[in-house]
Amino acid sequence: MEAIKLAITGGRVIDPAQGIDRVADVLISDGVIQEITEGSSGDVPSGFESLDASGKIVSPGFVDLHTHLRDPGQEWKETIVTGTRAAAYGGFTTVCAMPNTDPVQDSAAVVDDVVRRAGADGAIRVLPIGAISIGQKGKQLSPMGELADAGVIGFSDDGNPVTDDNLMRQALAYSVDVDLPIINHAEDKKLVAGGVMSAGAVATRLGLPGAPVEAETVMVARDLHLADLTGARLHVPHISTLGSLVALRSAKECGVDVTAEVTPHHLTLNDEWVYGLNGDVPAVVSVEAYDTNTKVNPPLRSREHKEAVVEALSEGLIDIIATDHAPHAATDKVCTYNEAAHGINVLETAFASVFGLVETGKISIQRLIESLTSGPAAILRKDLGSLKKGFSADVTIIDPGATWIVEPEKFESKSMNSPLGGVQLTGRVVTTIYQGETVFELPVEASVGSGAGK
Amino acid sequence: MTNSTTVENQTNLVDVEISTQIAEGESVDVPRQHLLDLDDFSSQEITELLDSAEGMLEIVGRDSRKTPALRGKTIITMFFENSTRTRVSFEQAGKILGADVINVTASASSVSKGESLLNTVKTLQAMDIDALVVRHPHSGAPYFIARHAAASVVNAGDGTHAHPTQSLLDLFTVRNHVGELAGKKIAIVGDILYSRVARSDIIAFQKMGAAVVVSCPNTLLPDEWKPGSTLDESAGFNGLKLAKSVDEAVDSADVVMALRIQQERQDAGHLPSLREYSDRWGINSKRLSLANDDALLMHPGPMNEGVEISSEVAHGAQSVVEEQVRNGVAVRMAVLYKLCAQGKSTRIGAG
Repeated sequence: MEAIKLAITGGRVIDPAQGIDRVADVLISDGVIQEITEGSSGDVPSGFESLDASGKIVSPGFVDLHTHLRDPGQEWKETIVTGTRAAAYGGFTTVCAMPNTDPVQDSAAVVDDVVRRAGADGAIRVLPIGAISIGQKGKQLSPMGELADAGVIGFSDDGNPVTDDNLMRQALAYSVDVDLPIINHAEDKKLVAGGVMSAGAVATRLGLPGAPVEAETVMVARDLHLADLTGARLHVPHISTLGSLVALRSAKECGVDVTAEVTPHHLTLNDEWVYGLNGDVPAVVSVEAYDTNTKVNPPLRSREHKEAVVEALSEGLIDIIATDHAPHAATDKVCTYNEAAHGINVLETAFASVFGLVETGKISIQRLIESLTSGPAAILRKDLGSLKKGFSADVTIIDPGATWIVEPEKFESKSMNSPLGGVQLTGRVVTTIYQGETVFELPVEASVGSGAGK
Repeated sequence: MTNSTTVENQTNLVDVEISTQIAEGESVDVPRQHLLDLDDFSSQEITELLDSAEGMLEIVGRDSRKTPALRGKTIITMFFENSTRTRVSFEQAGKILGADVINVTASASSVSKGESLLNTVKTLQAMDIDALVVRHPHSGAPYFIARHAAASVVNAGDGTHAHPTQSLLDLFTVRNHVGELAGKKIAIVGDILYSRVARSDIIAFQKMGAAVVVSCPNTLLPDEWKPGSTLDESAGFNGLKLAKSVDEAVDSADVVMALRIQQERQDAGHLPSLREYSDRWGINSKRLSLANDDALLMHPGPMNEGVEISSEVAHGAQSVVEEQVRNGVAVRMAVLYKLCAQGKSTRIGAG
């Protein structure tokens, strides 16, 4: 491959890992970061192509610790090709693929297949996550050593909580040997008792079976205690309740080796979205209600929980943002709320949806970018998520003034199950560079509206 | 009502009477495509519907009661859940009004995927139907169908969400006995958490100015509803009183309504036993005596006599349970008439 030398000029470079937030040029050569200049003089070193980023934010490429690529086994929902393209569209240059595929990623053979095909066909980097138990059945531990050798970055039976307390204890204890985190989907199914949304006034009004927030909280608390017992690394996915946050804070204060993620939707949406009116609470239940594109697990919580996770992310109690991108076919969502599959499409809207929190002063832009870049990279313990010299040249360029309407039918993802269809967002990823090459560039016609309405 | 008419003239008179009602209704009546719940009805619109049901009840009581009001209209009842009284009631209502009524039954399990529900609806729709009467075990199913169907959709009970025609017949029954509903105390005792009748009745009676109080074991209340409190606006059932005890709920009530308690509530751990429920929440003569002397005893059916209601009171002087059933036909006639004859029933073929 011919060496590419690229200078991204004049943008506001935000690289939280290095404490950098200044207008500067980012120099890339041979697919790695060469330098962030002190300022931006407008001069481009000889031999470098120039990419004008003035007025834009230049960030390390985003890293997603929680993505469902559905491949192998459910290619009608998503594939490695479409999922990684959707990721690039959303500014992600690394995604970690959840193992709830068919077959499950519980052996080196399956992981090898994903890694090989992602390397050949993926638009961006795919890091596999291995299963905690064989077949994600919660009965017998997966071969964690073999999976670690195959390159998994952690273990999860995502979607299937490890309900057996002792198996969870053994999984945590065993994982110490390979020094990789256990990522347990915390949900006590007995407490959920058939609930399809979070219990509360909205569920009661709509007559939908509600799951108490405690269904999550009690299992998060259990996992934290077992992590303390074993000294293992625990990563709490999609944390969403006030109670979980209390337990998390207490565990961190006690020195438990735990990190936590929150999804863009739990940061920005609440259970009132189930009314189907983009969060408005109607005087009467309309035919738009029971919007199946709001059905996700953990379910959207009430306003107070949403505000609590935003605050916890801002202060750093919650370490990172992860998407839990969960694509589904249209038929999985064109049905009653009870029947609808859990999960929503997130990758393409992730940044813009949470950027609204910056606009309203709930979180700083630096912290937001950290939670999408160096934060997850630190959990992965990999040289990613920063524009340090010698790191892979993974760069995301954002137009903070662009306003756009979410049009799921235009997604790169195979699926369209977004609750944000038709919603106007501010802030948009315009260019994604992976290993020095542009893997996504917003088409010119799509960016015409940049700044409109501001 | 004219009482002097001969029997053979009555069929013709029906048309005249119904036409008169339309003429009266035009000044205040709103065209309506669907009946999904009563939350989007004003008290005035409810009153008009109940007034219309008065006329219908008179028709139900006649010897020859076939009317041509909905002649040429096709109504399909789609029941994805077992029901005898509601389905028959709708069928009877449609047939008295002269509509063609087709009954479709399907277990929700055989139509377990929504795409199938959607296709079922589209298939029926393609046959130029005027109204779909839907009962479904999933809350919101009639709303889903209303999004995809051109026909009028009548909610005949969806999951644990709503059962608006039951509420209308409950209002109708009470009104016939007490006249003005405003200021009356309505006590609802039973499986509040899982009851669509409770939800719709709370909304309906409150809209008419009645005070509603509920009582049940704490396991059968939504978590956020605390006994001894009154709900505020944020809860969506503003002003609903949650009694601390069944006796407090029934005390001085004008209406006592018992809701069906199912064996599965005991199996799911909500109740120690049906026996204990009967003892502590069942409506019997002793408990009913706490209510006003002329209080009405209601039950949406089917009853578990000896569990939520004792046989003695279920068939006693204060019971209006059978009247509820009879009124159900009249109320559903009024609903079907409103949607199919007055409303904007949009048949595909007509468009």
